[in-house]
Amino acid sequence: MSRPARVGALSRLAPDPVKLVLNWGRRYSLWVFNFGLACCAIEFIATSMARHDFIRLGVIPFAPGPRQADLMVVSGTVTDKMAPAVKRLYEQMPEPKYVISFGACANCGGPYWDSYSVTKGVDQIIPVDVYVPGCPPRPEALLQGILKLQEKIARESLGERYADGGADGSGRPDGPDAPGRPDGPDAGALRRGLVRP
Amino acid sequence: MVGLGAGDSADTDMVLNIGPQHPSTHGVLRLRLRMQGERITAAEPVVGYMHRGAEKLFEARDYRQIVVLANRHDWLSAFSNELGVVHAVETMLGMEVPVRAVWLRTLLAELNRVLNHLMFLGSYPLELGGMTPVFYAFREREELQAVMEEVSGGRMHYMFNRVGGLKEDLPAGWTRRAAAAVAAVRSRMGVFDDLVLGNEIFRARTRGVGVLPRETAQAYGVSGPVARASGLDFDLRRDEPYLAYGELADVLRVAVRQEGDCLARFECLLEQTHNALELAEACLGRLAELPPGPVNQRLPKVLKAPEGHVYTWTENPLGLNGYHLVSRGEKTPWRLKLRSASFNNVQALTELLPGCLVADMVAILGSLFFVVGDIDK
Repeated sequence: MSRPARVGALSRLAPDPVKLVLNWGRRYSLWVFNFGLACCAIEFIATSMARHDFIRLGVIPFAPGPRQADLMVVSGTVTDKMAPAVKRLYEQMPEPKYVISFGACANCGGPYWDSYSVTKGVDQIIPVDVYVPGCPPRPEALLQGILKLQEKIARESLGERYADGGADGSGRPDGPDAPGRPDGPDAGALRRGLVRP
Repeated sequence: MVGLGAGDSADTDMVLNIGPQHPSTHGVLRLRLRMQGERITAAEPVVGYMHRGAEKLFEARDYRQIVVLANRHDWLSAFSNELGVVHAVETMLGMEVPVRAVWLRTLLAELNRVLNHLMFLGSYPLELGGMTPVFYAFREREELQAVMEEVSGGRMHYMFNRVGGLKEDLPAGWTRRAAAAVAAVRSRMGVFDDLVLGNEIFRARTRGVGVLPRETAQAYGVSGPVARASGLDFDLRRDEPYLAYGELADVLRVAVRQEGDCLARFECLLEQTHNALELAEACLGRLAELPPGPVNQRLPKVLKAPEGHVYTWTENPLGLNGYHLVSRGEKTPWRLKLRSASFNNVQALTELLPGCLVADMVAILGSLFFVVGDIDK
């Protein structure tokens, strides 16, 4: 059972000047949920510290959990065992939501490209907005990725983003059977165990 | 955090699942706790969420490529991990490493130890509710990372070790800048003594909490600062010197405590950080006296280890790190078994957690100083 991801009528039908204001507000208050998995998580923390300090860009790392977050940064290697949890936490985030894939492992498997247990890219399970390359990327690269995401948010229209009723929120023209297209959260998914045997 | 099963009354057992994505596990360790009220009656770490199959991949990489994967399993001690691999291959080949490379390796290994410990010196108070120390820790980390980056090109994964030595010699003027950075960090290390260790709340949350007896530590193969806090006085740098540690015996101090609680573990870590900085300073002093010379050896185009097997171990920041290398004379190892410190250290949780309150769980978990990639490999 899947329900299309939706945003409220106000966001969907807002006239352009209002959209501009809404997008402006959205891009500068990105509450971030750090899906810290491996080495890249350390560089993510370094970016949040005083020297690089991404709070000055409006990225706020104090989200108590995925349900309060707008942006998920997947930093590190996603393994096949971890993948269901990544998907599940992504589904818990409210719309509109954005994903930054941080580092080579999250982008495509990185140095573990031929491993039997590593998911070759987090975009196989959830849609990704911005990819940050590097192993691990420098903090400056994450800052650049955040700026790219903010540019994308400034340009977008939520009405178009969710236009086809079941869009995955990434703005990509995914068909209904495209891999990585999340279903809306349903009661069964919330009751399910983390890893299905 | 997901609670499974009914837990209404105090005498009903509840199974509490922590993780795999939970802030206090700084990574993806999962714990399955059985609770009676607020008290933990049984604990089981569920590992494998970060399993990347490094050992199998080693078999498909040649000896130069292995280093890439080896420094990524414990991402906070990349240099020491590289060292373990090249050490094993060098032992296999019977290769002599130039003196200058030995001292440089010792220096960089100690700087890496400081970087690793600073992460935990910052994150442990954070888990106990103190926001401030982590900012100080990262200020020092950035300072040292700049030095490491200048020499190797990497902030975390250095790829600076080669079989037979190091990738290249130092950039001009590097030793001076490194000495300045070490001195600067040393001058500010008092912050952790005063702000963290001297903090009343910190001491109250950690003293007498999560006592790991000496025998248990020994039985589980616990090593590193965690084991030394339980009175296991064992440090490979002193007891089986490798690199240049034999000549640094007068500088090297092994921090040992008898209490075995969270406070003792933190004290051991802090003392070891102080000492690692002293060791780095001593290495810099020695490097200045050394005559110029090569830092690596010419290698054949295809590097093959002779048939046979060897086990080498090093004192990594988090504990003993062992490599069992079995070669059949090909350019890739037949098997490279990895013994990592965190895997053994975390197993002790099954003994440590039962009987504790759930509020102390975070304090105990953080004080075991593990890296999830080092557990799952």
